[in-house]
Amino acid sequence: MSFESRLSKGEFCIPECGKCKKIVWPPSEVCSHCFGNVHLKESDFEGKIIEFSRQNDQYFCMVEFENTVRIMAKISVTPEIGKSVKILKCGINNGNYFFQVI
Amino acid sequence: MNRVGIIGHGITPFSKDDQKIETVLLNSAKKLFKSNPEINRKDVDAVLVSTNNNSKYLSPVLSEMAGIQPNTSHTIESLCNSGTNSIVSAYSYIASGLADMVLVSGAERYDSPGQILEWDNSRGEYKHPIFWASIFAKSYKRKYGISDEQLAVVSVKNHKQAKKNPNALSNKTYSIEDVLNSKKLTDDLRLLDCSRPCTGSASIILGSEEKVNKLSEDPVWITGIGQKTISAGFVKNISFSSMESTKLAGQAALKMADKSIENIDVAEVHDAFSVCEPMALESLGFSKDGQGMHMLKELHETNNFKINPRGGLIGTGHPLGATGIAQTIEITQQLQSNAGNRQTKNPQAGLVHNMSAAATSSTVLILEK
Repeated sequence: MSFESRLSKGEFCIPECGKCKKIVWPPSEVCSHCFGNVHLKESDFEGKIIEFSRQNDQYFCMVEFENTVRIMAKISVTPEIGKSVKILKCGINNGNYFFQVI
Repeated sequence: MNRVGIIGHGITPFSKDDQKIETVLLNSAKKLFKSNPEINRKDVDAVLVSTNNNSKYLSPVLSEMAGIQPNTSHTIESLCNSGTNSIVSAYSYIASGLADMVLVSGAERYDSPGQILEWDNSRGEYKHPIFWASIFAKSYKRKYGISDEQLAVVSVKNHKQAKKNPNALSNKTYSIEDVLNSKKLTDDLRLLDCSRPCTGSASIILGSEEKVNKLSEDPVWITGIGQKTISAGFVKNISFSSMESTKLAGQAALKMADKSIENIDVAEVHDAFSVCEPMALESLGFSKDGQGMHMLKELHETNNFKINPRGGLIGTGHPLGATGIAQTIEITQQLQSNAGNRQTKNPQAGLVHNMSAAATSSTVLILEK
């Protein structure tokens, strides 16, 4: 199953090349390094906040996982640089990915 | 490689007009040919169109409307730096000997689809450019201890300079307080920190050395080109307080022109948002890291128009496909001492910096008399 199929079910996976073991981000079925086939790693991944801002009362932040995967996500508490977070919610809405971390 | 120079140019006012893209496109080409009657349209070997508009076959359409039957005609799209990408393509056609004269026309409507990169899903629901700009601004301010008030100088300066540009979207001047009190889009970005999408067009015609010497009384040459693409996705940026693609493109352009940044007298830099201007200056080497705002404040206080004399993207507006061409026209006019009341003092060499999608890709051109 593809990254998007899993994401549409609310599951966040990390794409990794089966051949060279590099993380492939943004998600793709083919590794950008060796063109090997990509599989999905499943875990309760922990990421770190690397930057943030706020629109109205809603904070948003950039979170980095496994030193490679970076996403822009909502967060309901005041973010702190370097703070560890996990995915609370994710999915696809009208064709757009969305992520919320806690 | 053959030498390549600029023969003529034409530009429209930037506005919020609701016009067909074909009409917008034709308007600047028409101005170009009307103000350069010595150019024979039969001698135009290639027509390149720079746009993010979804209309098809725009280069043959423009060619037909302008009475040109070129050998080569096609569209070039690369989001916000489509314009300079098109100029680089035109340069390559001429430098290689495939063409002697190339028309490059860029145009956009205020509702351009190029404002959002749908592919970049790593941005989640934060795909609008104001979100990457907020991350840049937060990161830059934190790293160098810069305040919103200090950054607001960029908008104040560029609106002031745009007031002297009859084609600019903005015709107003603003104070630091006006910028700080303008609509808050995020914690790190206000409305007056942003360039605005608009309708506009710019055309330029490039030629071989022989054509330029024959058709231009005051030749300007493209002597340096540097380009670098780091990624398409915003989150792949190495730093959020500097522009890696700009740094590399700038170094390559200066090396090709055999110039150092100290030799550059006037520059157009891609101030899509206020914070982009000091970041670009630092990445290009005009100032040390973290010192860009000191340089800009001094330029503003001394009324020195060295950086973004036409008012930048913030003051002039940002019709994506036309922007890089409009920047190049401004530097050409500056070098020809033909920039009216925004003229800088006797510039010999100028620089154009045009970038796309949060500086994931940059083009830098060096122009000389």
